Amino acid sequence: MKVYYLLKTSLLSLAAHKFRSFLTILGILIGISSIVLISALGKGAQELIVQELSGLGAETLIVRPGKEPKGPSDFAQVLFSNSLKERELKAIRREGAVTGLVLAEPEVIVTGSVAYKGETFRPLIVGFSAEAMIDILKMKLSEGKPFGEKEAKERKRVAVIGWRVKKELFGNLSAVGKVIKINGKNFKVVGVLEPRGRVIFFDVDDLVLVPYTSAQAYLGATKHFQSIIVKVSSPNLVNEAKEDIEKILRNLHNIKDPEEDDFHVRTQKGLVQQVENIISYFTVFLVLVVAISLVVGGIGVMNIMLVSVTERTKEIGLRKALGAKQSDILKQFLLEAVILTTLGGILGIITGLVLALLGSWLLSKVLGIVWTFVFPLKAMLLSVIISSLVGIVFGIYPAIQASQKDPIEALRHE
Amino acid sequence: MNLIELKDITKVYSEGKIPTPALKGISLKIEKGEFLAIMGPSGSGKSTLLHILGMLDTPSSGSYFYKGKEVSRLNPNELAKIRNQEIGFVFQAFYLLPRLTVLENVKLPLLYSKVPYHKWDGLAQNAISKVGLAHRKNYLAVHLSGGEKQRTAIARALVQDPDLILADEPTGNLDSISGKKIMEIFQRLNQEGKTIVLVTHEREIAKLAHRVIFIKDGKLKE
Repeated sequence: MKVYYLLKTSLLSLAAHKFRSFLTILGILIGISSIVLISALGKGAQELIVQELSGLGAETLIVRPGKEPKGPSDFAQVLFSNSLKERELKAIRREGAVTGLVLAEPEVIVTGSVAYKGETFRPLIVGFSAEAMIDILKMKLSEGKPFGEKEAKERKRVAVIGWRVKKELFGNLSAVGKVIKINGKNFKVVGVLEPRGRVIFFDVDDLVLVPYTSAQAYLGATKHFQSIIVKVSSPNLVNEAKEDIEKILRNLHNIKDPEEDDFHVRTQKGLVQQVENIISYFTVFLVLVVAISLVVGGIGVMNIMLVSVTERTKEIGLRKALGAKQSDILKQFLLEAVILTTLGGILGIITGLVLALLGSWLLSKVLGIVWTFVFPLKAMLLSVIISSLVGIVFGIYPAIQASQKDPIEALRHE
Repeated sequence: MNLIELKDITKVYSEGKIPTPALKGISLKIEKGEFLAIMGPSGSGKSTLLHILGMLDTPSSGSYFYKGKEVSRLNPNELAKIRNQEIGFVFQAFYLLPRLTVLENVKLPLLYSKVPYHKWDGLAQNAISKVGLAHRKNYLAVHLSGGEKQRTAIARALVQDPDLILADEPTGNLDSISGKKIMEIFQRLNQEGKTIVLVTHEREIAKLAHRVIFIKDGKLKE
């Protein structure tokens, strides 16, 4: 093929200076491999978080106090807002008020520790229905039985504990029926959760559940709720239920303008989307930062192409004497630059993939995170295109220089 | 019919502050099938004249008719096409691409032609056998002797069967035996009908041409 011949005759000087050519494309290689690596890890992180969030269940909604946080400064009002109390809970629970309502349970958080016969442990203490918890997370108890609405109404001092809490306090002995001290108050263990590990940013195994009313009465939990968890009968009803809850609470709080909301309702889908957005923005940002390195790499390519043009002045003169047009010389040198940068891009993709695989292996095998390696196909295709473009952008000036050489001057060149 | 007619050609180089005239009014006719030697001391302007004849350089004034067409009216792409198809260049320093084989070097002009790729090999082989290098066709240019390099360069000039061969001191870098062989090739090509214009400063070489013209300080002396 003619193209093969052209490549063979024109790439000789690059081949003759192998090490120099390699150094030239190193900048491109590093830039592209970083893009591939970042994309792969970003996609992996996204996958990981989405998986975690999926544990919540698609038919679950979370009602939280305060306006939906749009930035860091909004988080404070979520923590300190007291807009969700018994009155709001009752309104949501009222029959027919929320479409498809299965359960609505409030959650309060207690800080402190638990103790049993001299063993102490700092678990995550939450005032929340154990029945609702095992329903939402589709869990079982490894022993005993849960507590629910009845115990909450009666402010019973009962607790369901996570698997690790049980291990820490009781070892291999049975925990059911034993009395533990939570912040110095006696609570009877009625059930132990099966081992589960991390779900949605907290570890179920570290959990101590008590009725929310008991937490408020004996453990100093706030009168307002940190959230109300709502479950509906089908994922299809989630959006309708969300609208119902918003309407109920706005009525209750006399809110006309949704901008003035003192609560927000989250769904799993919404959360997943939000996290995906955050991560993809972050990935794009990182990729843009790395793209700067490609400019640096491109300047390196331009530099070497200019050197090559000077070194090969005679060759250019000869080619023109033999009938090469300006455009032939231009094309040849542009092609050489593009081949150089594309080669750098391909090597960069390979390097990036190897690094990403290595990173995935480290994360999963060494750090024990359930990490899936995601093949960054889009980033790879984009990398090939970008690296060729870098060749065109930074190769055009040297190629023009080459094409404009006067054949006489070129042949005389010593 | 004249293949080439020059009328009062001048060339002034104005690169430095003071313009330096290289050719001062050259008029010359070259017939088809002629073997012409241009002689002169170095700096006399003989290479400049050859470059103008080969359309690598343009005169400052005067007119150049090639096959009756005025060259100054042709655009750069048309000139490149004539250089590619109708003129073969042979240089003192050979100008081969050292890491290509003889065969690949000879094919180089075809890259800029419209000759279909499947014909390249045949054309190149043919040109190589005309200069007696068939046994070396797969050698890298860098491994050839000086005489073989120049024969490769001649084969390259012949590959598209041009009308005109322009040679700039073709024996200047060669020993006398190799130089003699090269001149034999030129003589044979001339007998086959090629027009040959040869620049040299060696009287021995010039003697082999049909006609010798002398150039000194940019002017012709027959």
